[in-house]
Amino acid sequence: MSKMHVSTTINGEPMEFLCEAHDSMLDALRGPLGLTGAKEGCGTGDCGACSITVDGRLICACLMLAVESEGKSLSTIEGMSQGGDLHPLQRKFLEMAALQCGICTPGVLIAAKSLLEKNPDPTETEVRFGLAGNLCRCTGYDKIVRAVLETAAEMRGAA
Amino acid sequence: MNDMSNKWIGKSTIRPDGAEKVTGRAAYAADTNMPGMIWGKVLRSPHPHARIISINTTKAEAHPGVKAVVTHKDLVDFPLDKSVMLGIQDMRWMCRNIMAREKVLFHGHPIAAIAAISEKVAAEALQLIEVEYEVLPWVIDAEDAIKPDAPILHDFVKFDGKPSNIAGKLEHKLGDIEKGFAEADVVIERRFRTAPVHQGYIETHACLVSVADGKATVWSSSQGQFMVRAMCSYLTGLPQSDIRAIPAEIGGGFGGKTIVYLEPVALLLAKKSGRPVKMVMTREEVMRATGPTSGSFSTIKIGAKKDGTLVAAQGTFYLQAGALPGSPIRGAAGCAFAPYNIANVHSQGFDVVSNRSKVAAYRAPGAPIGAYGVECVLDEVAEKLGMDPLALRLKNAAEEGTKAAHGPVFPRIGLKETIEAAMAHPHYSAPLGPNQGRGVASGFWFNAGGESSAQVNITEDGNVAVTTGHPDIGGSRASIANITAELLGIDYKRVSVLIGDTATIGYSNLTGGSRVLFASAMVVTQSSEKVITQLKERAAKIWKIDPEAVIWDNGEARPAGANAGQFPPLSLKDIAAKASETGGPIGAGVQLNTTGAEGGFATHICDVEVDPELGTVKVLRYTSFQDVGRAVHPAYVEGQMQGGAAQGIGWALNEEYIYNAKGQVDNPAFLDYRMPVCSDLPMLDAVMLEIPNPKHPQGVRGVGEVPLVPPLGAISNAMYRATHKRFYALPMSPPRVLEKLDQAAE
Repeated sequence: MSKMHVSTTINGEPMEFLCEAHDSMLDALRGPLGLTGAKEGCGTGDCGACSITVDGRLICACLMLAVESEGKSLSTIEGMSQGGDLHPLQRKFLEMAALQCGICTPGVLIAAKSLLEKNPDPTETEVRFGLAGNLCRCTGYDKIVRAVLETAAEMRGAA
Repeated sequence: MNDMSNKWIGKSTIRPDGAEKVTGRAAYAADTNMPGMIWGKVLRSPHPHARIISINTTKAEAHPGVKAVVTHKDLVDFPLDKSVMLGIQDMRWMCRNIMAREKVLFHGHPIAAIAAISEKVAAEALQLIEVEYEVLPWVIDAEDAIKPDAPILHDFVKFDGKPSNIAGKLEHKLGDIEKGFAEADVVIERRFRTAPVHQGYIETHACLVSVADGKATVWSSSQGQFMVRAMCSYLTGLPQSDIRAIPAEIGGGFGGKTIVYLEPVALLLAKKSGRPVKMVMTREEVMRATGPTSGSFSTIKIGAKKDGTLVAAQGTFYLQAGALPGSPIRGAAGCAFAPYNIANVHSQGFDVVSNRSKVAAYRAPGAPIGAYGVECVLDEVAEKLGMDPLALRLKNAAEEGTKAAHGPVFPRIGLKETIEAAMAHPHYSAPLGPNQGRGVASGFWFNAGGESSAQVNITEDGNVAVTTGHPDIGGSRASIANITAELLGIDYKRVSVLIGDTATIGYSNLTGGSRVLFASAMVVTQSSEKVITQLKERAAKIWKIDPEAVIWDNGEARPAGANAGQFPPLSLKDIAAKASETGGPIGAGVQLNTTGAEGGFATHICDVEVDPELGTVKVLRYTSFQDVGRAVHPAYVEGQMQGGAAQGIGWALNEEYIYNAKGQVDNPAFLDYRMPVCSDLPMLDAVMLEIPNPKHPQGVRGVGEVPLVPPLGAISNAMYRATHKRFYALPMSPPRVLEKLDQAAE
């Protein structure tokens, strides 16, 4: 069977790629699109390391078929910093040591950004449930939760 | 030690590799590709135990798109009767673990591998390999494996002269155990069980191997590129000089990446096919066929005087090794009683094989298992004596001069400080509500030294490039930058820190044993000191004075003694600019087999709340107190303490493998292998106590593993206070908790 052609928008830029019908969005991102920031930790939607947003909705790229991205707008970790400037969450994660090995970090950052867009003033519990789909085995989540809460406060202050 | 004169040591600086990691640009093992690359896949055993009669790969080799097939015949054979050790790994077991030889020994055991033009074609072709098996009886649990009628995994393994699944024994003795128990007023003996748990790194094993003209390049995620090179060499027969192992960023290891699974196989596929070969495990493969840590059963017996003096302690630990020998009995039997000054100790460990995947190291291997039963029994001793459980520990705490049962006499250690800090902490006296309970436990880990290499170079523009040989698993580059900047007296941002590959830096042992900062700080310190000597010599040359008359102070060379004030100071940049005229490049490397790593201790407090209807357990509050020696980068030290506590909570409350009646793992996915998620946990408070290691230039002890030692006992003891029931088995998952709550009052 020949490959399928998909036109989509990724991080604001028009993109085209070819894929097999069974390829996941994560396969397409990491393969033909060369965007390896999303990671495959499980392939079953349990770890969140491949978190992206599709038309503003947070999903696991491993659970979406690549062909479903036709006409949609996707955001990945590669689009989180603007020009040379890190997003406030990225900056805060560095300052507060909210990552150790870093493999879960792209997914955690995408999920945290998505959470703050919906809820700019989350409680600790809301952050914990907002990130409950993102496994981190290194940090125990403490510094991640603190970094998200502090970024939220900072962003509210700046707004 | 909080020497405020330090500018960078003790500061939570931004890690050198941070920006790449928050932008998704850092290259982990599966993120690398090569032109002409093909994909490797592994055929795995459908049986937990079977003799291999034949393997026919003819049809698979003829399948369109298949480029190479590998079986055990392509690997170097290590005969069963002769041990060949590489570090703590026996190549006899390693070669059989990565590719089954005489028998398959667990469900998921690799039996062949194929490289093809795509993952899909490789997977299709695997189905065409014909394997004839003679299925054998099998045994999963260690307790069943030592029964007299248990199926024997290895005919050549003998215990007491007879074929056995007990593959090894280790014993520590101190004093006279019988006499000790005779002196005791209170003796408590209990049996404990723990389930095997996986390290749970989020990055699955992956590698990319290219072989061109007999020279191999291996990109992979591991806890040691030199380990990868050596294992590939032993297992494929290529000399080490023909293998270059490049460390990718590592997405978690916790001990589980101190051995190889894929790299030698990919190397052979690449050699046979003439194409670069990439292999990436699925999560299911990780769960079925890579090392968890041992499950265990143990007996702990402790005797105490009425005043709380511990007089005798006995521990017998059976640890499940998986299919091939090598469980961490040294950690279990050695660390179990190490926190306490007990005159009479008998501690023994047994290594038990059974038909499940071979265990691999997991953060303080064996020590959490050893500490678990001991800390639970101590809680019962304290209760029986009417003593506060921390007061009992403090009364018996090991200190400088205490002889440990596993051998050493402790130098200055900080266990007492951790217990005193816990007793004084507001957490310990905070009120608790209904169904809530508080538990405490202490723990010990050996820590380690060993081989390390470093190179410190001054760039032409007067900045610093440091290369070391240890994969950075949790922020070690940040600590190296702090130390180098401190010694040279410059801003830490002027120091870049890289992890060299096997061709660019000298031999460096694994990232493991909590050794990386201990050892690499030593070689980086000595290298930096040599660089400072060179800088002073260059300044002396420029000034035409005696090098002895130059001092290095705050990033500058200054004339001293009779010449003081005679010349304006020369900065690192000034000297670097004149390097060519004064003797050439400035830089130094040091390689050492480091010694002097001293043990680490911690004490934890945990509060839980149990839902008596659902059996669920919520950790309400958790505080760790640890003697960290010296916190070179405090935020990443706290991170180690918090991460270890979280893994301990998972081990204690939920994580376990569920085997079905066919001897297969039924929960090989994160959905039902239940590691803690963000909403499961509270903030994890970390209290660092800095009692410097006197044998290290910065006082470093090693911090990464101790945090996983106390949690199992602390949480079990908290469960007792919450439910008035003693739990003797892990995990304390909801069904087990309900079962226990339904039992009649004890």
